[in-house]
Parts: sequence; structure tokens; C-alpha cells
Amino acid sequence: MPEVIMPRLSDTMEEGELTRWLKNVGDEIHKGDVLAEIETDKATMDLEAFENGVLEKQLVTAGTVVPIGQAVAVIGDGSNVATSAGEPNDAKKSAPAESEPETPESAAEESAATQSTEHEPEQSESTQERGHASGPEAAPAPGAASRALRTSPLARKIAREHDIDLDSVTGTGPQGRIVRADIEAAIAAGPSAEAAPAAAAQAGPDTVEVPINKIRKVTARRLTESQAVPHFFLTNVVDAGKLISFRKDINESLAASGGKVSINDLIVRAVAVALRAHPDVNSSWGGDKLLRHNRINIGIAVAVPDGLIVPVVQDADRKSLGEIAKTTVALAEKARAGKLKLDEMSGGTFTISNLGMFGIDEFTAVINPPEAAILAVGAAAPVPEVRDGQLVEVPKMKITMTVDHRVLDGATAAAFLRDLKGILEAPLTIVL
Amino acid sequence: MTNEAKTNDSIQKSDDGPRVITYRQALNETLRTELLRDENVYLIGEEIGVFEGSYKITAGLLKEFGPKRVVDTPIAEEGFVGAAIGSAMLGLRPVVEIMTINFSLIAIDQIVNHAAKMHAMFGGQVNVPMVIRTPGGGGQQLAATHSQNLEVWYAHIPGLKVVAPSTPADAKALLTAAIRDDDPVIFLENLGLYNLKGEVPDGEQVAEIGKAAVVKPGTDLTLISYSRGMVTALEVAKQFESEGVSIEVVDLRSLRPLDRDTVCASVRKTSRAVIFEDDLLTYGIGAEISATIGEGAFDFLDAPVRRVAAAEVPLPYAKPLELAAIPDAADLIKVIREVLDATRFER
Repeated sequence: MPEVIMPRLSDTMEEGELTRWLKNVGDEIHKGDVLAEIETDKATMDLEAFENGVLEKQLVTAGTVVPIGQAVAVIGDGSNVATSAGEPNDAKKSAPAESEPETPESAAEESAATQSTEHEPEQSESTQERGHASGPEAAPAPGAASRALRTSPLARKIAREHDIDLDSVTGTGPQGRIVRADIEAAIAAGPSAEAAPAAAAQAGPDTVEVPINKIRKVTARRLTESQAVPHFFLTNVVDAGKLISFRKDINESLAASGGKVSINDLIVRAVAVALRAHPDVNSSWGGDKLLRHNRINIGIAVAVPDGLIVPVVQDADRKSLGEIAKTTVALAEKARAGKLKLDEMSGGTFTISNLGMFGIDEFTAVINPPEAAILAVGAAAPVPEVRDGQLVEVPKMKITMTVDHRVLDGATAAAFLRDLKGILEAPLTIVL
Repeated sequence: MTNEAKTNDSIQKSDDGPRVITYRQALNETLRTELLRDENVYLIGEEIGVFEGSYKITAGLLKEFGPKRVVDTPIAEEGFVGAAIGSAMLGLRPVVEIMTINFSLIAIDQIVNHAAKMHAMFGGQVNVPMVIRTPGGGGQQLAATHSQNLEVWYAHIPGLKVVAPSTPADAKALLTAAIRDDDPVIFLENLGLYNLKGEVPDGEQVAEIGKAAVVKPGTDLTLISYSRGMVTALEVAKQFESEGVSIEVVDLRSLRPLDRDTVCASVRKTSRAVIFEDDLLTYGIGAEISATIGEGAFDFLDAPVRRVAAAEVPLPYAKPLELAAIPDAADLIKVIREVLDATRFER
């Protein structure tokens, strides 16, 4: 009566949580069948049967953490099954046939039905029982410390592009295959299974080690890359008076329909309009060439609880102010909920970082490579100014552009910034 | 050959826009137009003259063009295909009707070893500008020997072109292109398509042989088919549309040359692919498409390419068994759902 023990599924594994039973007591089992899912320190993996027979006992319930080597189930001939007495007979009848090569009759039976490729081993649940034992993937690897992850080619590609460690991703496709949705979830969700268990190990009495989540890892890598970029900085002071009253007017007229436009939406649109007039700025460094982008996709830096994410307003120059407002609200909400899809945070050609709401007067932002520039927007703060002999209060907003000198020179960037200032100070041009 | 006067009337364009006609009528009109246009074009085959064709594709043509342009033959496929090849080498443009693709096997040596090879083996000194029109397909209770889809046999052979229109408009444009092409073209028809109605533009329409068409754009899954399979494919795609699944449907139109670029471009966009074919699964069109996707779009696949094809049996005569063996919308829907589920598609 062979027992099924908790296997060692990774080098660092000491115990595993049996998260879900996939076979019930009384089920007929074939070598290679997946009995349960085990969550280790690295990933969720399959617990495979090394024996044919009937699952007689489940020794632990789902959700139990079990040390390596401890028995979790018993596979026998079916005589000791407490429940569903009818099924073991069927098992006896069909089990021996499984280990033999397919007979001509069974082949004929199989082809009598309309054919599709569903008998590919990794495709179908139902054929798992029938064909899996003889398939190449079924060969159990007793004590194997590592095993190939099932990953769709697309998921693998996206993971590579975003520096995602596949070991840290839980696959939810057939037989635990990692599919695009899993990688997108990993990118959007941030903290991964990999980071969680190692949390809070004390490095010293006054210092706590905080595990690095995915977002921070990517942020660190991308911004370190950015340090290699030869930067220069340009600052302009914008009279935001008209911009603010323009926004007020718009929002009053939108009040009935429930729409709302933020200062940031106006800036996104203004930048898009300015980029259209300055296509050089809408470029990126391509190693041995410059890439001039025909689409104007504006990234917006959004703070999320565990890091920074830059969702992208695609084709901002072709969207109306209302569309931009709707898009930014939706993107920010998704970003905070960790639900951004990959295409909603890629393809940016220029980024805006706005810390005005924190009362920051001015700052410089780090370029989001490979983009050529980023705009840092400060708060609109009241400044005294003499106009027509009168002292008046004028809201001034400092905008600072960080520029990749490999792509753009000072004069080009300055012309862009000058025009951007002009648009922001004459906001009707924003909607043109 | 004396039809010059008529030529002028018949090519006149109408301003009424596209008419809705059957696939059968589109073929008949195109044959007539080409017979009028080029005196070197002639038709040859069994029962195509007095009887007007087993499926009435050549209705009225013997009466209009006479027995030198519409040639009835004995039941001797190897003989009349061979005669057509010889005449094509000497400059005529024969359009052969083989009653069904099943009977082309009797002429396969002529087609594969002669028509397909002549141009290359004689160093380009001769062309074989011949069309073989022939319907395939099951579902008409014609039993195993009269219900096959043998197009893949010909699609395998360099030197041949194989086109497979799925609509009346394509029937016209591809038949016109096939007749004017200087290579032998197998023009695949389907018994189940002859009564299909569709809009057909007036005036001269010449398709480019070797181009597939994205007949319905979509973003979530690429569904590839051809000939009669397209009818089911479009129906199923429409049904999924109402569930919020956007299926891109690609009509291959030409099986040789095969438009690999269009197929791969679509899969690179959707990351999921299903092939629907009336033909058998093993070594089929779907196998070739699947390999093409593996070579051209591997990194973009989120799930294995799936094929939906006929059961691997000689097609039964009994209606329930025939229906069970031929792939239908339900089979296709099931597989599409499996692919969507396997990639955790959110509806």
C-alpha cells in the first residue's frame, strides 16, 4: 500500500502547503496523474502519482502545511476505500489496459468520433487519465529538485521582457501552465509568492529587511539604467491662472454629466499637443539610431501602495480632453487595484510625473528609459507680482524637463518647453 | 472563333452595384465571360455540354459557344486531362471540369507528373495554362468514395496552384485569375457551396492567387479555414461576438501558394489559433498551418494551436454517422472554448 509523500520540489523547500486536492478518495489513479497542488516557497506545483491504483486515503486536508517526506495520501488496490464502493470495480477492469500499448480496437474507437487535437496530453482533462501515463511528460521524477515549468511561449516572452522570474509565477492554465494572464497579473500585482515567505527576517536590532517586490525590482533596474543617460534639465515657470480658471469652467459645464477634468489631464493634453509640433521630442534612443515615434503615448507616473507604476494614455494627441480624463481615472484606478494590463503600461513615448498634489514646488524626475524626456510638474503656488502698478497674486507652476542629451539638444528641448508653457498659459489652445 | 461582337456588350459595367447571386451562377457567368473574352479559352469534361454539367455549372454554354468550345468527353479522366494539358502546351487555355475531386485520382499521373512538371522539366520552354475545376466535400450522403477532400494531395505538389474560394465573389475573382494564370491551377469547389448566395461585384474582378483574406477582423483568437469550412467559421465567430469574444477569421483562399504572412500576422495579434477544416486531421491543411504558426509566431502563442477536422474514417453513408464524422459548429465551439479557458480569457 504505497504512501504518497510530500516531495522536495525545490532546492530550498522544507515544507509545502497542500493547497488543493485534485483527486478524491475512491478515484482511479494512474502513474503521472496529478493528485494535488502543492505550494512551495517558489511556486505552486503538481503532486504526481508514481503508482497505479485507487486513492484510498487523503491523510491531510487541503490547506495543511506538510514537511518533506511526510505521507499525505495512500494509493492501494481499492479494497480499503471507505467511500463510494462502486467505483473500484471499474478501476480494476480498466487499469491493466492502461499500461499496455493501445490496441487496434481502442484506436478505432478513438477515431470514430470527430477528431480534434484534444488528445494531446496537455490539452484535455479527460485524456489525462487515458493517455497521460504513456506520454513523455508523465514520467515521474522521484525526488527531482527541479522540473520544467509549463509556460506558454507568449508568457515566456513577456516574462523575459519584464524581468519576471517564472519560478515566482503561479500558472493557472491547464496543468498549471503559466499563460499570459498569469504574467500580467504578476506584473500588475507586484509582491510575489517569492517575496512573501522570506519577509521580516531580522538583519539587526534596528533594521528590518523588507523583501523587494516585482515593481521595486523593475523600478530599480530601469532607473539604474537611466543613470547611464547623459541628462540635462530645463525649468520653466508657468502662469497657471488661466489654466486653473479654464479647468473650473470646464468642470462647471461638465457638472451635469458628472465628468471631471484634472489639472493633470490638461497637462497631458497640452504635452501631447506640444509633442505633435515637436516630433523630435517624441523619440527614444535606439542604441545606434534614434527612434522617432509617430504615436504620442503619454505615461503618467502613479504612486501605488507598493511602488510606482506608469500607465500609458495611448494616442493622447488624438483623444479629446474628456477622453483623456476618463482614461486617466480608469488607469489610475486599475493601477491601484493591481489590474493594469500589459498594453496599458507599455508603449509610452513621454512621461509626466506630477507631485503638485503633495505641495512640491519643483523637482527633477528620472527619465523612464528609453524615452527621451520626462516632465516633472510642481504645485501651482501663489506668487506676488506687480501688474499695471498693482500687486497681484498669481499662481505659478514650475515645470522641469529632464532630457536625454543623446537624443535631444538644449535648443530643441527648450523650444518644446517654451511652446508647452505657451499652451498652458493660453489653455484654449489645449483643445485645438 | 467568332464572338467578338458579344464581347463588347458583356464586359459593359453596370452601375447597379453588386448583385446577390449563387456561387453556381458566379462560376457560370465567369466561364461565359472568359469564353467571350479570349477565344483560346475552352471547356472540357464529362457531361458539361448537352447535360450542362452534373451540378449545372456550364448551363447554356454549349448552346452559346458550340461543341468546339464546350467539349463533352467520354468517362475517361486520364484521357481528357491529358488532352487538355497538350492543348495548353500549344497555347489554348482549357478549363477542365472533373465531376468530383474523387475522380481526379484517375488523372493524377497527368496532373502531378505532367501538368505540374512540364514547365520546370523543359527549362521553361512551355507553360501549361490549364484550370481543373472540381468539387470536393462530403455531407451529401454520397458515401466514402464520392465525399473526399483531396485538395491537400495537390497542395503538396510544386508546379501546381490550388485555390479554394468560399464565396460567390471569390468564385468569380479566383476563377478569372486561374484562367488567366500561366500555371496549372486546381480550382476547388464544394458541393455544399454551390447554392450559397452572396454579393458579387460587376465588371472585371481578378484575385491575386496566393493571398489569404482577413474576412472578419478580431483581437482574441484567430480562426483559420477555407472553402466550405468558412461558412461554419463565420457563423461561429459571429456567435462568439455576442459573448464578447472577438474572433479574427482568416480565409486561406489559396492553399498553394499559401499566404503564411497573413496567418502569422493574425496570430501574432491574437495569440490564439484554431484551424477548422472539412478534411482529415492527419497530414492535413491544418497541420501545415499549425507548423507555419509554430515557425512564424511561436513567441506569440499563449496556447497550443488546435485543429478541428473530420473523423479519420471513410465517410459513412448513413446520415447520422456522416454527420458525426464531419466537423460542425458544435465541435468548433467546444475547441474554441477550450483554448479560451486554457488562456484564462475573461469574458
